[in-house]
Formats: sequence, structure tokens, C-alpha cells
Amino acid sequence: MKKKSQEISEEHFRYLKKQRGKTAFVVVMQVFLLVQFFLVWELLAKYEIIDSFIFSAPSKMWSSFLALAKDGVLWRHVSATLIETVVGFVSATLIGLVVAVVLWSIEPLRLILEPYIVVLNALPKIALGPIIIIWVGAGKGAIIVMAILISVIITVINILNGFLSVDKDKILLMKTLSATRAQTLFKLVLPSNLSNIIAALKVNVGMAWVGTIMGEYLVSREGLGYLIVYGGQVFNLSLVMCSTVILTVLAALMYFCVLIVEKAVSR
Amino acid sequence: MKEVLRLEKVSHRYHSKSGETEAIRSMDLSVNEGEFFGIVGPSGSGKTTLLSILSGILTPSSGSVKRSISPSEIGYMLQRDHLFEWRTIEDNVLLGLEIRKIKTKERVEYALDLLKKYSLGDFVKKRPSELSGGMRQRVALIRTLALRPKLVLLDEPFSALDFQTRLNVAEDVRKIIAEEGVTAILVTHDISEAIALCDRIAVLSARPATVKRIFDNTIEKGLSSIERREHPLFASLFKEVWKELEFTDEKEKSGDQ
Repeated sequence: MKKKSQEISEEHFRYLKKQRGKTAFVVVMQVFLLVQFFLVWELLAKYEIIDSFIFSAPSKMWSSFLALAKDGVLWRHVSATLIETVVGFVSATLIGLVVAVVLWSIEPLRLILEPYIVVLNALPKIALGPIIIIWVGAGKGAIIVMAILISVIITVINILNGFLSVDKDKILLMKTLSATRAQTLFKLVLPSNLSNIIAALKVNVGMAWVGTIMGEYLVSREGLGYLIVYGGQVFNLSLVMCSTVILTVLAALMYFCVLIVEKAVSR
Repeated sequence: MKEVLRLEKVSHRYHSKSGETEAIRSMDLSVNEGEFFGIVGPSGSGKTTLLSILSGILTPSSGSVKRSISPSEIGYMLQRDHLFEWRTIEDNVLLGLEIRKIKTKERVEYALDLLKKYSLGDFVKKRPSELSGGMRQRVALIRTLALRPKLVLLDEPFSALDFQTRLNVAEDVRKIIAEEGVTAILVTHDISEAIALCDRIAVLSARPATVKRIFDNTIEKGLSSIERREHPLFASLFKEVWKELEFTDEKEKSGDQ
């Protein structure tokens, strides 16, 4: 717990100032690095040291972005990808959590399914692409299924491992209080695994993006993954780069959302 | 005196893939109401197994366990406090009541009174990590007592504490248990602790555990554990118990060869 702000000594004041200085320096350097990166890129393209047809240039990406935004096309693509990713992320996490709870509750089932889970985890999910398309149809459904498939197995494994590593003596304590299995789950196992579940969320954010973009490569007619593939096919590298940057920004934003959730629940 | 608990010819074996282990062999034991009963034995002598059998969590391989009270009237205090960090002290203490679904106003009040009575009143809303080891152990005891057990089983409850804290908490626990009028069974490998706290002390053999001898604590009752440690009879009693234990250890060694 933090102490409430009291009168601080001169020495402590200097310490705090120094710390703030350090933090400021790091942030400034981070921004500087990013700006520098785009600046150098732009200059290299401008003085034709690199071929801007292949490497594009920040200014070209910007005009690409403006063109997309003006038509209102951009929003359609962004929202398509965003919806697929969020739906994939939320369902994968929920399904993973429920499956982990079921496997924890029914030990024989866990022992029986263990090898299958391990093998499914090792399987590159993209290989299932054609099957998914045939079963679910070449549309949003297939993309979401891909996003779920890619992260659900690892979610189950990670969360279940956390459940199983709860201190045996704490389980014994629950027994001495004559707790049922369900009470042990809700009063001990789930709360003690909160940070573990948050960690799974963080992994899943990244995974959901991978699944969605992969799905879009395979089937879509809209979305950022579609823009990237399309741009590549027509050799419009500015479109590819621009979409990639938007993708990066969105992925980062979603990760920050998870961080906010983490802060909210771990208080 | 009324018997709370009686073991007759109780044996227990553990089974694992690599074989079976005989933990307890034909043990007879009885504990009276209001008594502070000590069980001392070499490490690995099945003391925790014995407590699990006494509490009813574990059914012995053979023999009979007779209780004059129901298993729900038995409280169990483990070696470490196992307080849940995501709960406040208050909520930790009320855990048992929640689980047994008997969280009535009156019982909650009783538990909170215990906290106040044993100088934890200011920490009710705090998290376990904000408390010292000794305080946490007292909270763990109150979590056990909140269920108003008639018998409390203590499984080396002080072994995780440093020596100074240990003496103080042991005295606190003795006082709390005496004042609340609860029967207690303490398992420990610390002879001096057993003598400082218990009315009778059973010495166990090495595995498979049997009761080798039961000592009556000749030091008069009503003394604090600190006073007992300074009592003239303390040293001789310590020596006797220790000899009994040491003999066990030697037999164990010669058995290994």
C-alpha cells in the first residue's frame, strides 16, 4: 500500500525528480526512435537510395491512408477485422476457460484427453484452413473459427496448468473446512489464478490477430488482411505498408485494453 | 473425564505405483475433553497422517476411530497459515462459515469479536501480506475457531515462525484455546513446545508409527507456556521425552543397515 502524500524531505524530493527525469528521458527516446525511423525511410525514398515502388515511403503510405479514409472504405475494412478479432478473442478465452474448468473438475476426463490436447496444440492450425472453409463457408465465420482455433488450445493448457499448480496444502485447507469441489473452484482455484488468466488474455490478444489475419488471407473480401493480400497482388506496396501500420496500432490498442482490465481486477 | 476421541488398533498404509508405505501401525490413543494433548515424533513418522485420520479427512486402512463429536465440530490448523491474499483478514476468518453456509449474524460477530479480543481488531480490513507472521498465524487460528469447534487439531502450527515469534504465538494459541474451552491436539517435533503447552504427551516411534509412551505433564496447570519453560520440572521432563525419542531414532538407524 502506498503512503498518503505527506511532507517529503528535500532528499526524497530530489530522488523523485530524478526518477521523473529518467522516465521522461525513456519516453522521449522512444518517440524519437519512431520518428527517426519514418524520417530516414522517407529521406531514403526521396533521394532514391531505396526504390519506393518496392519499399514505399511514409508519405506514400499517408496518401494511401487518406484515399482509403476518404472513400469510407477504410472504416469498413478496419471494422471487419476488428469485429472478427474481438469475437475470436472473447470466444477463445471463454471457451478455453470453461474447458479448463471442466477438465479440472473431472480428473479422469483430463487424463483421457491429455494426449489429444498436446497433439492438437502441436498441429499448425492453418493446415485446417481448407477444412474450415468447406465446413463453415468462405466468410466471416471461417475467419472467426480460425481465430478461435489458433488460441483456444493454448488457453486451455495454460489455464489448466495454473489450476493444477494451486498449493496442495491450500486444497487441504478447503477440505478441512469441508468445502465441495465447486466451492474449492470458486473460492480458491479461480481467485488464486487471476494473474494466470490475465496472462492468458495477453497471449490471446496476439493470437487472435494472427488467426484473423490468417483467416482473411485465406477467404476474405474485406478486412486489413484482405487489403494486405490485395495490395501485394497488385504491387501496391503503399497499401500493404499502410494496412500493416494500422494493424499494428490496433493490436497495440487492444493490448492496452487488456492492461487496463488487469489493473482494474488486480486492485 | 469424557473421551472426545478414541483410536483402536488403527493402521494406515499409503499406496503408490512404486509400492506401499506403512505409515501407522496398530495405534491406540484416547483424548479427553478439555485436554491439550501433544503428539511428538521423529520427522516423517506419520504425524500428519494421524491428524488427517483424527479429523476424518482420511479413512484408516484398518482399526476404528470413535468420536463423541461429529467431524464438523473438529477444527484443523495447518503448518502454514494459508491465508488468501485476495481476501481481507475479516473475509479470511469468515471463509469457513461461508463454505459451510452457516454465515449467520451471530457467528460473524463471534468471529470478529475473537479478532478484536486477540488484538487484531485494527487489521480487519487489511490484506494478509500487511501482517507479521505471528499475526497471520493468530488469524489462521481464529479462522479455525470461528466455526466453534469442540476439538482443534494443530499440525506444527509454529514451525514456519522464527524463534522469538514462535514462543509468543505458542503462548497466544495456548491462551486462546484455554479461554475458549476447546480440546486441542498438537502435533510437533519440538519437545519443549509440547511440554510448554500440553497436559499429556504421546511419543511416537519412527515409521510405521505406534505410540511408544504417553507422558503426563507433571508441571501444574494454569501456568503460561513461558512460565512452564522456566519451571524446575521442565528439564527433567524434557530429558525423559527426549530419551524416548532418541531411542526411537537409534532403532531407526540400526533398522536401516
